[in-house]
Amino acid sequence: MTWNWNYVVESLPAIFQGMWITLGLTIACYLFAMLFGFVWTFVRRIPWRPLQMVVAFIMEFIRSTPPLVQLFFLYYAWPMVPYVGLTLDPITVAIIGLGVHFSTYIAEIYRSGIESIDKGQWEAATALNLSLKDKWTKIILPQAIPPTIPMLGNYLIIMFKEVPLTSTIGVAGMLHMANNFGSKNFAYLEPLTLVALFFLVMSYPTAVLFRKLEQKMNRRFDKSNPTGKIDKGVVT
Amino acid sequence: MAKPIAVYNDVHKSFGDVEVLKGIDLEIAPAEKVALIGPSGSGKTTIIRMLMTLEQPTSGTIVVDGQYLWHMEKNGELVPANEKHLRQVRGDIGMVFQHFNLFPHMSILENCMVAPINVKGVPKKEARERSVEMLEKVGLGDKLDDYPSQLSGGQKQRVAMARALVMRPKIMLFDEVTSALDPELVGEVLEVIRDIAKEGEMAMVLVTHEMDFARDIADRVVFLDEGRIAEQGTPEQVLENSESERLNSFLSRFRS
Repeated sequence: MTWNWNYVVESLPAIFQGMWITLGLTIACYLFAMLFGFVWTFVRRIPWRPLQMVVAFIMEFIRSTPPLVQLFFLYYAWPMVPYVGLTLDPITVAIIGLGVHFSTYIAEIYRSGIESIDKGQWEAATALNLSLKDKWTKIILPQAIPPTIPMLGNYLIIMFKEVPLTSTIGVAGMLHMANNFGSKNFAYLEPLTLVALFFLVMSYPTAVLFRKLEQKMNRRFDKSNPTGKIDKGVVT
Repeated sequence: MAKPIAVYNDVHKSFGDVEVLKGIDLEIAPAEKVALIGPSGSGKTTIIRMLMTLEQPTSGTIVVDGQYLWHMEKNGELVPANEKHLRQVRGDIGMVFQHFNLFPHMSILENCMVAPINVKGVPKKEARERSVEMLEKVGLGDKLDDYPSQLSGGQKQRVAMARALVMRPKIMLFDEVTSALDPELVGEVLEVIRDIAKEGEMAMVLVTHEMDFARDIADRVVFLDEGRIAEQGTPEQVLENSESERLNSFLSRFRS
């Protein structure tokens, strides 16, 4: 069997169709994970020990089970759970499943960012009598989040690469489409190579983009450092 | 004495098993300048941090301008204050910290504007005018758009003072504001405090190790020792004519 360029061209429409699903799903999962990450982060800060322990356990549980198992559970088992069971369509399962799974990691990133902020910043905010909401939105988060952007970017790429898992519950993403196309013609080499290539072509620029974004964020912190190259100790 | 702006009534404070303050009774008159001196660990910083609501007293009460700070009255009983009450009372108080605590992600002007706009609802234009005026007063009118990381320690501390002053507090607290500065920068900061003190209308409580400075601007010097007020009076009484052995041995460390 040899590489067939005509076959490559024939497979493109199907793969492109799947690509949009994959991309859209990645973005939806990521937004969900970023928002839900905040929920974990703030719930864990409620100073009530039993709640903190329950939340810590749930997060650990989600992190320690494979996302594939979680997807299968949500898709096949959840509808059979009495009273609370629900039948969800594959896309919804994918967004909730992967979103919740990755939100536990993203919450950890938020936490590390928040804890890196000096206690003096909180105290100055209190001394100026800022409301709790303003302390978070104007003082703490604008300082806590930018340094975490490289890590958040990593998770976007990791997540992007996990999205093909949803093929197993029937989401017609790029891998799914390529595989179907290949099985129709009993020739997998071209479509699957294309899929791998497309993943590379999309992951790499994203990584570069996040590096640029990180530099831009650093510049906001330190106008005397116009390149924005990371120089720890800038924030005194 | 006029009606005091702040009153401590038998205030105790413990951190874990360590009792840092063992019954503080202190009254601060409006516009009075009080210097708190004492060895490290004597609790002087804790006293002003409680007034700024950064530490909660273990027992006792603090009254600010006629209102309980850490308590509120409910059906004739004193109950612990909630955040809403704290916010209402602490609006009269401002503080400058040892380590400046400027907001590094905001320009100097923004540092000064954030509180008047968001806390007091001052229109942006007016907040800007007030902030510029205050920054000019502390000698930084040409640095408005700089960021804290571009400033020297002395300049940072002057911004911190402008930031607190823009809120027009009735009491300003200074927590060892020159301790983190290089020696050659101490003067410029003390100069600004002196200017503020001269204007007069605001009460000031300064935790300081600068004895000459305390003598200069304070109406009253309070010497704290092991969690108690051991001595207080005019600067002359406390810094020059005291018979207390503890106080004199403490002071001797500052005489060259």
